[in-house]
Amino acid sequence: MKKTLAKPSFHALAKTPTGIQGLDELTGGGLPRGRPSLLCGGAGCGKTLLAMEFIVRGAQDFGEPGVFMTFEENPAELATNFASLGYDLPALVARKKVVLDFVHIDRSEIEETGEYDLEGLFIRLGYAIDSIGAKRVVLDTIEALFSSLSNTTILRAELRRLFRWLKEKGVTAIITGERGDSSLSRYGLEEYVADCVILLDHRVEGQVATRRLRIAKYRGSSHGTSEYPFLIDEDGVSILPITSMGLNHSVSIERVSSGVDSLDAMMGGKGFYRGSSVLLSGTAGAGKTSLSAHFADAATKRGERCLWFAFEESANQIIRNMRSIGIDLEPAVRSGALILQAERPTVCGLEMHLVTIHKLVKEFKPQVVIIDPVSNFAPLGTEAETKAMLTRIIDFFKMHHITALFTSLMGAETFMESSLVGVSSLMDTWLMLRDVENGAERNRLMHLLKSRGMAHSNQVREFLVTDHGVELRDVYTGPSGGLLTGSARAAVEAQEKAEALARQLGTAGKKRELAHKRQAMESQIAVLKATFEIEQAEAIRIMEQDDTSAAVLAVDRAHMSGLAQSSLAGGRRPPTPRKRGRAA
Amino acid sequence: MKSKLSKSANTTISFEQALATDVPPRYVLRLYVAGMTPRSSRAITNAKAICETHLEGRYDLSVIDVYQEPVHAVNDQIVGLPVLVKELPKPVRRIVGDLADTDRALVALDLKPRR
Repeated sequence: MKKTLAKPSFHALAKTPTGIQGLDELTGGGLPRGRPSLLCGGAGCGKTLLAMEFIVRGAQDFGEPGVFMTFEENPAELATNFASLGYDLPALVARKKVVLDFVHIDRSEIEETGEYDLEGLFIRLGYAIDSIGAKRVVLDTIEALFSSLSNTTILRAELRRLFRWLKEKGVTAIITGERGDSSLSRYGLEEYVADCVILLDHRVEGQVATRRLRIAKYRGSSHGTSEYPFLIDEDGVSILPITSMGLNHSVSIERVSSGVDSLDAMMGGKGFYRGSSVLLSGTAGAGKTSLSAHFADAATKRGERCLWFAFEESANQIIRNMRSIGIDLEPAVRSGALILQAERPTVCGLEMHLVTIHKLVKEFKPQVVIIDPVSNFAPLGTEAETKAMLTRIIDFFKMHHITALFTSLMGAETFMESSLVGVSSLMDTWLMLRDVENGAERNRLMHLLKSRGMAHSNQVREFLVTDHGVELRDVYTGPSGGLLTGSARAAVEAQEKAEALARQLGTAGKKRELAHKRQAMESQIAVLKATFEIEQAEAIRIMEQDDTSAAVLAVDRAHMSGLAQSSLAGGRRPPTPRKRGRAA
Repeated sequence: MKSKLSKSANTTISFEQALATDVPPRYVLRLYVAGMTPRSSRAITNAKAICETHLEGRYDLSVIDVYQEPVHAVNDQIVGLPVLVKELPKPVRRIVGDLADTDRALVALDLKPRR
């Protein structure tokens, strides 16, 4: 493939889409066009079904008629078997889209005498292909010939010729074969069909059966090499090659509310990024489901569709329980905006869950998905399997721009925590809910462990579940440094309130005191001023008096001198005027 | 016990007598070939020889070229070619190959007892 890319003059390998969910992604477009591919697997692996889906999808979706040559089941049996998958084989046959040819070889009827070849098979196949212009051929299971005809030398030579002939015919073919012990197929068909070999497997692990598919060989093409789980359900085969996806999904800068304002506030007031993955982990009863309900409620109120996988509670139970905290999910369920998909996780294997999730998401096209709780997947597989599955779910949601909320139960199961640490690295936002115990109470705390690409609060908040929903409160740090929650927090809150009140009262008093002081000061100033004025007035009066006395004295003196002069004549001494002045 | 044994022995004898005195059945045979290849020619020659030798006057042998009538290949469940289909007497049997091994062919046609 890389060589083809480097030299664009070469033609890339032409491929025929199978139309089977996942297989085309895995093979980079389908099976090699005009070549036979080998499909090997044990009994009950889904070989016939996968092959038939290839034919039916080709006829229905790609306009490529097909021939299904069966060596095991007759057309009536096939029609019945596939009617349950919604394939109307008789109708396709009638419309000349499909030819079913049952090659029946009864060992007891056959006698081999001398030389022969399988030209009869070629003629039948050629006749079938030409009658409808088939582009696709399935031979299921041609190995049946080995049990009917004893001359394997002739058989092998003829099979080699058959596959070459199929290539010359230019039909895209699937040849099914039983899985062999030491080789890919029991009769070594891979020797002849060398272009593409797909292995199917059906294993039971921990009482859960899982079908897996692996592309053992794909000449001239890159392909996924892992084992991919696949599922057979009423829609046929679904394969999940999600891990092969690169991390190149487009991202959104749009934000979606978590449904709790105070939580949004912790994330810059806007909530999660659309299309991001949110992990909400917490101990039992920490409020994971309640927070999920908020998220679902907010989504449906925005007019979005929400898909809620509930692995612990039934739909009705969730609706009832959430009503108790003031969230009514029922209208959304009725209007079809919310699907509550309640299932016991143990009902099927991990892959089945993955496929269920895939299918529902593809049908319902939700903007928001809630998985509550994702930790219930843990017992269904090994740690690695669980992680791989979650990775695939997360990648899948991201590709479809689905904002996904995963809740996770943490606690005694340390195993899950460790596997969650692995998964948490895939998460964009990680909310941690936990219980704290103090003062004979258990209270809930929440903090944002991480939230990629946005400023977020580092604060631990108290998480309250009230009858009108979830609330986040600031957490108080006690005098000893410990966190205060619940009634202890309420007590501190009350105390602080009281102190505040007291402070408030104190301030008012000071103000009044100050006013009083000012008043006192001002009155003192007034008194001083008044005193000063009195004194000033007195001084002025005295000064005026002095002036008057001086003048009077002067007049007296003048008068007296006049008298003295007369007394000199009369011989008598007048009294000193100074004394009189002083006395005044 | 003794009488029972003799009774079953009598039955066997009478059955064998019936077989011997019965008119030999008529054979309806179809030989499918793919074109006039040397192998096809050999098969036709061998089939005719067997019929003439062992079934003189009591057989119908038709030779069908599947290339000319491919629909027969589907209807008559033809895989290996050439093939001689013994339609009658029952059971139906298909003798695949150019009939070079005459003994096996005769056994398959119930003209020779199985070893």
